[in-house]
Amino acid sequence: MFRVHHLTILTTAILFGIWCLLTYGGIVSPLFLPSPSAVVLELVDLYREGLLIKYTWDSVYRVTVGFLLAAVTAVPLGLVLGRSRIVEAITQPFIEFVRYLPVVALVPLTILYLGIGDIQKVAVIFLGTFFQLVLMIADVSASVPRDFIRASATLGANTYQVYRYVIIPCSLPGIMDNLRITIGWAWTYLVVAELVAANSGLGFMILRSQRFLQTDRIFAGLLIIGLLGVLTDWLFRKLTKLVVPWSEKAGGKS
Amino acid sequence: MSKLEIRNVSKTFETRYGKVEALKDVSLQIAPNEFAVIVGPSGCGKSTILNIVAGLEKTTSGTVLMDGKEITGPGADRGMVFQSYTLFPWYTVRKNVEFGLLIRGVPADERRRIAEHYIEMVGLKGFEEIYPSGLSGGMKQRVAIARALANNPEVLLMDEPFGALDAQTRVVMQELLLEIWEQAQTTILFITHDIDEAVFLADTVYVMSRRPGTIKARISVNLPRPRNHKIYETPEFISLKSQIVDLLWEESVQAATETQIQETNGGMFR
Repeated sequence: MFRVHHLTILTTAILFGIWCLLTYGGIVSPLFLPSPSAVVLELVDLYREGLLIKYTWDSVYRVTVGFLLAAVTAVPLGLVLGRSRIVEAITQPFIEFVRYLPVVALVPLTILYLGIGDIQKVAVIFLGTFFQLVLMIADVSASVPRDFIRASATLGANTYQVYRYVIIPCSLPGIMDNLRITIGWAWTYLVVAELVAANSGLGFMILRSQRFLQTDRIFAGLLIIGLLGVLTDWLFRKLTKLVVPWSEKAGGKS
Repeated sequence: MSKLEIRNVSKTFETRYGKVEALKDVSLQIAPNEFAVIVGPSGCGKSTILNIVAGLEKTTSGTVLMDGKEITGPGADRGMVFQSYTLFPWYTVRKNVEFGLLIRGVPADERRRIAEHYIEMVGLKGFEEIYPSGLSGGMKQRVAIARALANNPEVLLMDEPFGALDAQTRVVMQELLLEIWEQAQTTILFITHDIDEAVFLADTVYVMSRRPGTIKARISVNLPRPRNHKIYETPEFISLKSQIVDLLWEESVQAATETQIQETNGGMFR
């Protein structure tokens, strides 16, 4: 276990070393790749200007709301979709169709309908994650072993009880897994939305910095988004351990 | 009156290759507290009989009666132990055994008391808080038996429950099952393809023909009880066994020469 941990540290160190070498060694111009210290100084500047917290918060807020809305609607729908041929027949064609529309292609429409405020960002994130999530959760609930359902039926469970005591708990590890994957996509769609039209947020900051050739600031933005990603992932792993302590997934491979 | 009566049951599956006749005019009657075993070649539809009695599949024609009342769907009065491991991995041993009681709304302290009784009966005292992933195959099936019995079913249906276990564990489980059956005073319908197992356990062995499955013979096993593995060597046991072997022999020979059509089950509980 500790050896695996060491490998993580090693790769991080190597990447950081290459970064230092390229910048402090003068191999790459600061205009294209700022040095680590320049990025840190930029973060300090951003903090002093009050933008670090504000932009980060704006972005986190949009991702959280958009993703939560998608999760609370997609999970129940997906669970039923995976088990009911009727619901499948009604919704599947539409969901499959929308799923293949690139969200980026829907951004102009969302701006037309919703303006460029938070609601539009939330809508883009929702559109980007909801349809994928529904189908992923449907797959999870469809793969609940038939004999589990049969066993619960012979123990007297009715349809509601089969859902509550068998399908939902059995699907939980898969649900957590897919939520963890889709929240990563939510960040992607947020940045897409903020790059196109916004007046705050990390994506907006990156776009504006590019116009003014503030590469330091671009990298500061990228660093924050990356760190937030790592943090979210870590939180999800912890949460999975808490929610499904019995699952091999929660046990982790570490 | 018989506890369980299967009356002229036939079952035809619709597959993409056409209709497959799985069961043809199967009738049998099981008395209260009887241990009945159905033995037959693989693919003879013996599991289908059990699924029909459990209410998991419908008959094409014919009826199944329990205490004279027709069965229409699954119910807690017919407990089932499956060949595959069906313990719920998200519940501990105790919670698994309590499942049927939870479904019926039995209060927590009573659930616990009943579960403890049956966990002890199957010899798993001390394993209450273990998750199924930490149990061996034999232990999983013990818990599955306890889970079915805790619901106090009228009939216990067992679909090759020891089929996936190694030979030694299987004998241990067979002896344990007889002890439990004598203690719990319940009616058992047990499916197997293992002739030793059938004779060892049964009051009555029903021998099935290959597809379409029919009852080919009904054999009363009047070996003394309580039984243990030593009975395998008695002349009575051996003679009963060879009788069944002969009955099954021609079925197996014929079945082996024909293309096996994959059994497809109904989609009620996909």
